[in-house]
Amino acid sequence: MTPQRDVYLDYSATTPTDPRVIEKMLPYMSQDFGNTSSLHQYGRKAEDAVETAREVIAKIFNCKPSEIIFTSGGSESDNLAIRGVGFGRVADGKHLITTPVEHSAVGQTFKQLAQYSGFDVTFQPVNQYGLIDPEELIDNCHEGTTFVSVIYANNEIGSIHDLKKIAEHLKIKGVIFHTDAVQGAGQLSLDVEALGVDLMSISAHKFYGPKGVGALYCREGVPLVSSQTGGSHEQGRRAGTLNTAGIVGMAEALRLAEEEKSERIAHYQVLSKQLREGILNQLSGAYLTGHPDMRLPSHSSFVFEGVDSTRLLMHLDLAGVSASGGSACKTGNPEPSNVLLAMGYSADIAIGSLRLSLGKDTTEADIEYAIDKVAHAVEKVRKLRQALS
Amino acid sequence: MTEKKRVVVAMSGGVDSSVAAALLVEQGYEVIGMMMRLWAEESVAGHGHNRCCTPEQMNDARRIADKIGIPFYVLDTKDVFRNTVVEYFIDQHRQGVTPNPCIECNRHIRFNYLFENAMALDADYLATGHYAQIMQGDDGLYQLHMGADPAKDQSYVLCVLDQYHMAHTLFPIGGIAKPEVRKLAAKFGLPTASKQDSQDLCFLGDGDYRRFLRDVAPDMMERGPIVLKTGEVLGEHIGLANYTIGQRKGLGVTYNEPLYVIATNPYRNALIVGTQSDLGDNQLVAKRMNWLNGVVPSEAFEADVKIRYKAKPTRGIIKPLADGRVHIQFDEPLRDITPGQGAVIYDGTQCIGGGIIERRSAD
Repeated sequence: MTPQRDVYLDYSATTPTDPRVIEKMLPYMSQDFGNTSSLHQYGRKAEDAVETAREVIAKIFNCKPSEIIFTSGGSESDNLAIRGVGFGRVADGKHLITTPVEHSAVGQTFKQLAQYSGFDVTFQPVNQYGLIDPEELIDNCHEGTTFVSVIYANNEIGSIHDLKKIAEHLKIKGVIFHTDAVQGAGQLSLDVEALGVDLMSISAHKFYGPKGVGALYCREGVPLVSSQTGGSHEQGRRAGTLNTAGIVGMAEALRLAEEEKSERIAHYQVLSKQLREGILNQLSGAYLTGHPDMRLPSHSSFVFEGVDSTRLLMHLDLAGVSASGGSACKTGNPEPSNVLLAMGYSADIAIGSLRLSLGKDTTEADIEYAIDKVAHAVEKVRKLRQALS
Repeated sequence: MTEKKRVVVAMSGGVDSSVAAALLVEQGYEVIGMMMRLWAEESVAGHGHNRCCTPEQMNDARRIADKIGIPFYVLDTKDVFRNTVVEYFIDQHRQGVTPNPCIECNRHIRFNYLFENAMALDADYLATGHYAQIMQGDDGLYQLHMGADPAKDQSYVLCVLDQYHMAHTLFPIGGIAKPEVRKLAAKFGLPTASKQDSQDLCFLGDGDYRRFLRDVAPDMMERGPIVLKTGEVLGEHIGLANYTIGQRKGLGVTYNEPLYVIATNPYRNALIVGTQSDLGDNQLVAKRMNWLNGVVPSEAFEADVKIRYKAKPTRGIIKPLADGRVHIQFDEPLRDITPGQGAVIYDGTQCIGGGIIERRSAD
């Protein structure tokens, strides 16, 4: 038996903060602790740090610094974008479109707008890879359609939407376009001009930045009603004292991700190939979910016949492999993944999903160990289910 | 290098299973906490959670697991619980029998479903916070004994265990009295207050099984005659599932002495009542017998018998019948021998067998 080791393969859930990032952040928690809104030298120092961070991010987004709003993370960015534009354009109409494969920060926000605020929400169907057809999307846009949100890279299945193509269509119709780029940031292009998006959400902890900080890009001129009201921070679009250290950390983490992008991606590609081939070759009744090529380099997702992810994850955890199912569930209530159901998988197989996502420091030996443990766990769970049925 | 023995401990968030888990950690086992998510009816407003595993209890158990430094998982057990324990409960009531769901839960859920899940995790043992003790005799066979705290003993509902299960089961608090368990909880820094003792009808939103049966099986609520043993009709009942053996109140009939429910006849939908002297019986027949040493006795023998969870053990002669059932003759008549409850046989503190009461008398 191979000796037990700890292999973390859940980098899509979160990443450790890069020590280089922590170093940049530290001064803003101690000597440079000022409030960016203050007039005095402490305030100025903090303001300078935040505005420098804004410029760094704006450069990567290919946008103006004033188009960046700092938030507490991906969920807040998504909420602010959807509610903000939904309400901001209410005079133009109340029809919104999204997809059934969004992160719940997007999906639940649309559902709430439909339930409590009288919005009409269309969930644009997806194909077997979890991707929408831009032509069909356009067919669903009508007079009162004001806003569309489509996920960039999917958190559960890794598939990447061709945002540019979608944006071209929406531009003609005058519909505002948001994307949840939380999973894409750090690996995919965030150039808002090239992508053609009007709003874009990111979260620092997905790319080796700290937790609790994110950003929303909001194109100049897009009407955005604030959700969190209070002071006039962020040009009145998001009240609350700025998280200076977090913002500095996010900018540094994103800068490093851009700088090291080609090496990181090459590394992910080699290991992902090893992982996917290893698992699919060793196990029968195992399938890759999401698009085979148009997907996040670090992300592999599978379904297994005759397996439920709750039990699979339990077995993997005890074997030292930290992974995730479709979406995190700790309550023992195995509901099939909505994303997989929307893609046409049956409920039976949709409960047997597994996501393995790599990090920049993942090694070949980690992958080898994980393949072995996944194969072992899948077989164990299958045997157990057979014995108990 | 000796590998640590791996134990899966069933956790409920309560003091007993928490102390059991902490003791196992202290004793040097590799401990894994597990909670079963059980089925609960959702028809009662504000409920929909089994009272053995509410979200609060789940959080409590998770916090305790974090505190004592063990992994914690929730095991989905809804469907199998519904299909075994709850179905059985409804079906037995339909047959005019008052079942003991805890015995069935131990039979199908803890010592099959949970047990097999634990074994699949390469565990050496399944542990629970039951007040009962497993010992090994000189013959190498495992024995089930009452818990050291007589007031808390749960061996009655564990009479379904066999040698294989006992070889792989630990009851860490079985040898300790409840006040001691509380002290240990304090020592380990765990919550010491018992919320409630284990709930026997844990899956009911409001604990009202009559209401539950009315909802899920309205056919059981058909009105019928209340009769004496002689056949004399005294009145009308409102559905057999509303009555239990020994019940006196709420019959709504008048007679020259107090009347009690002594039996039901589901085929004629009749509720049979009688006087206090009709209530007692000195014999019963039990079915689905389990013998914990794995050997079916061939001859009659004398032993103590418990006919309910909280009943006092009573001396009786146990005569094995050809079809695997047993006939039990007591020295004195016992009140309230209730079909569906367990008849559990003891030799001193040792539980040697158990089955389900089929009927009261020998006929």
